[in-house]
Amino acid sequence: MDTLRVALVGNPNCGKTALFNQLTGSRQKVANYAGVTVERKEGRYTAASGRLVQVLDLPGAYSLAATSPDEAVTRDVCLGRFQGEQRPDLLVCVADATNLRLHLRFVLELQQLGLPMVLSLNMVDAAQRRGIVIDRERLQRMLGIPVVGTVAVRRGGARDLVDRLDGDMPALPAPTVEGADLHAKVVKLLSACVSMPHRIAEFDAAADRVLLHPVFGLAILSVVMFLMFQAVFSWAAPLMDGIEALMAALGGFIGDAMPEGPLRSLLVDGVIAGAGGVLVFLPQILILFLFILALEESGYLPRAAFLLDRLMVGAGLTGRSFIPLLSSFACAIPGIMATRSIQDPRERLATIMVAPLMTCSARLPVYALLIGAFIPQQTVAGLFNLQGLVMFGLYVLGIVSAAVVAYVMKYFKRDVAEQSLLMELPSYRLPHLRDLAIGLWERGSIFIKRVGTIILSLTVLLWFLSSFPAPPAGHVGDAIDYSFAGRIGHWLEFVFAPIGFNWQICVALIPGLAAREVAVASLATVYALSATGDAAEAALSPIIAAQWSLPTALSLLAWYVYAPQCMSTLAVIRRETNSWKTVGIATVYLFGLAYAASFITYRIAMALSS
Amino acid sequence: MRLSELSRDVPAVILTVDDVASHDPIAGRLRELGFVAGEAVRVVANGPFGGDPMLIQIGFTQFALRRAEAARVQVERSA
Repeated sequence: MDTLRVALVGNPNCGKTALFNQLTGSRQKVANYAGVTVERKEGRYTAASGRLVQVLDLPGAYSLAATSPDEAVTRDVCLGRFQGEQRPDLLVCVADATNLRLHLRFVLELQQLGLPMVLSLNMVDAAQRRGIVIDRERLQRMLGIPVVGTVAVRRGGARDLVDRLDGDMPALPAPTVEGADLHAKVVKLLSACVSMPHRIAEFDAAADRVLLHPVFGLAILSVVMFLMFQAVFSWAAPLMDGIEALMAALGGFIGDAMPEGPLRSLLVDGVIAGAGGVLVFLPQILILFLFILALEESGYLPRAAFLLDRLMVGAGLTGRSFIPLLSSFACAIPGIMATRSIQDPRERLATIMVAPLMTCSARLPVYALLIGAFIPQQTVAGLFNLQGLVMFGLYVLGIVSAAVVAYVMKYFKRDVAEQSLLMELPSYRLPHLRDLAIGLWERGSIFIKRVGTIILSLTVLLWFLSSFPAPPAGHVGDAIDYSFAGRIGHWLEFVFAPIGFNWQICVALIPGLAAREVAVASLATVYALSATGDAAEAALSPIIAAQWSLPTALSLLAWYVYAPQCMSTLAVIRRETNSWKTVGIATVYLFGLAYAASFITYRIAMALSS
Repeated sequence: MRLSELSRDVPAVILTVDDVASHDPIAGRLRELGFVAGEAVRVVANGPFGGDPMLIQIGFTQFALRRAEAARVQVERSA
């Protein structure tokens, strides 16, 4: 049976992806276009005639005169110029029936391409509710292409489109005159085919009066963000504990069933512990993305960007950077993945680069250990708890550093063109469950498949470094001390002595590359403690309080504000930017800052305490 | 006057969109988004920090424009 290759094209916010989900259901493949970090979504379905229909969901675009990588992909695929991408047999132009004045212009532009086309007027139900009457027959005649109505979010809402695609191939549209005034044509089409009583939905206007209000708008945004964080921490915590317990039980089961040896150690300490370290992030990622997707679908996210744009521009970012950076306070992984909603590649890169500076939840165990052991419980100014103040200071340090880094990046790139906002605020919509579910599934599987494989292999490598060579019989001291990791740690002591790190810290930093919170457990290993989990922290606290100096502890705190002691973050940067160079730059600058900050902290603390 | 100088909820009509340089992609994009002579525009809201960005209603669509972008659009109050 023959195959029909169809591409969905349209303006952003036309409901194109919802229509794509409606057509293809869960039979989708998500990847990147070759050589660029633009998401490529393809799906398929079998038509009633038995013909296979391959559907490509092209990135939203306002025009073929591309101003972003997304739009360039759409242009090149439509023109058949994209390397490794077959030109579609037919274009389905998707236009929001309530916003034809904007969307029809792009349809007219696409008519010049010489491809068969079908115009899908999406959200015809919303148009009807708003009293917009469209003479579809007449529009079809004037445009010279078939016009169908769709409701992407209703079951069976794409039936007319599916039937039309299964029919004869529509005739090629008559090309419009090159350089013709497309706006004048749109105005003519609208006056001939469309009658509308209202210019804008009443609900949107009323909602925006409150949600974009300088005071109430910001207050509501704070409440929404607060709820999001509450949900992430209160809903994710039991799930994360469950995953940890499950992986520990699995490790224990295999540990009991297998004879002692390197294979058991690889499985239990390497693979299972590594997979657990990856999976434990999943609840936070999914809950954060549930919020982000719901906010995006409802139309609130661009409004949040509107409210905060001015603040973010000051630091060389954009209003769109806010949500990814905020998410990074829970975990940088979903934060970096959420930068996809930033169109401008320079602003996206700047956001990705500073996201690891937001104080993620994995730093908390390290901060808690060090603050608990070294900062006295005392009241400052009769009101504040000193330990709490130090914790707060570490958060502020991360935020201020991010602003400075973004600003410096902007300074170095000041020669390039002005960055623009030009952001459409779409109508408010109720998020559709199926679209949320498909979006969550995509994010979750990207994380597990693409990122998980990198993390797992690095975890196994770290396991190898920490376990081999095994100490000979009669070796005095801990096994890790004899391993490659121990040797590297001892060698690193030479590098880290100027910032006050002893060899135990240096050794712990190596397995601690897996994730920040691992540092607590690896310190416990180095100090040959048998306790694990929360007990490790309790047992470690008096030991380090007795053996480390205060400058060393403060220096290590400063280190953890900056150092990318998290392979998952680096792996996700690689996945999202498709560039090892970017990963390299991020790694070097973050370690560089960490070293500088620790050095300054250590030296000042030494000078003050002597 | 410029669109960036227009007060909230004052109806106006676009006269031109100016290029600030010989090749100004932002001005070009504004025209593609429907900022062309004769179109009615209105400032719907101003951002909470220094009134930046501005929310502009044009046709059925609302666009958030930074002040530097809105300054490219020449408008005239409609009677």
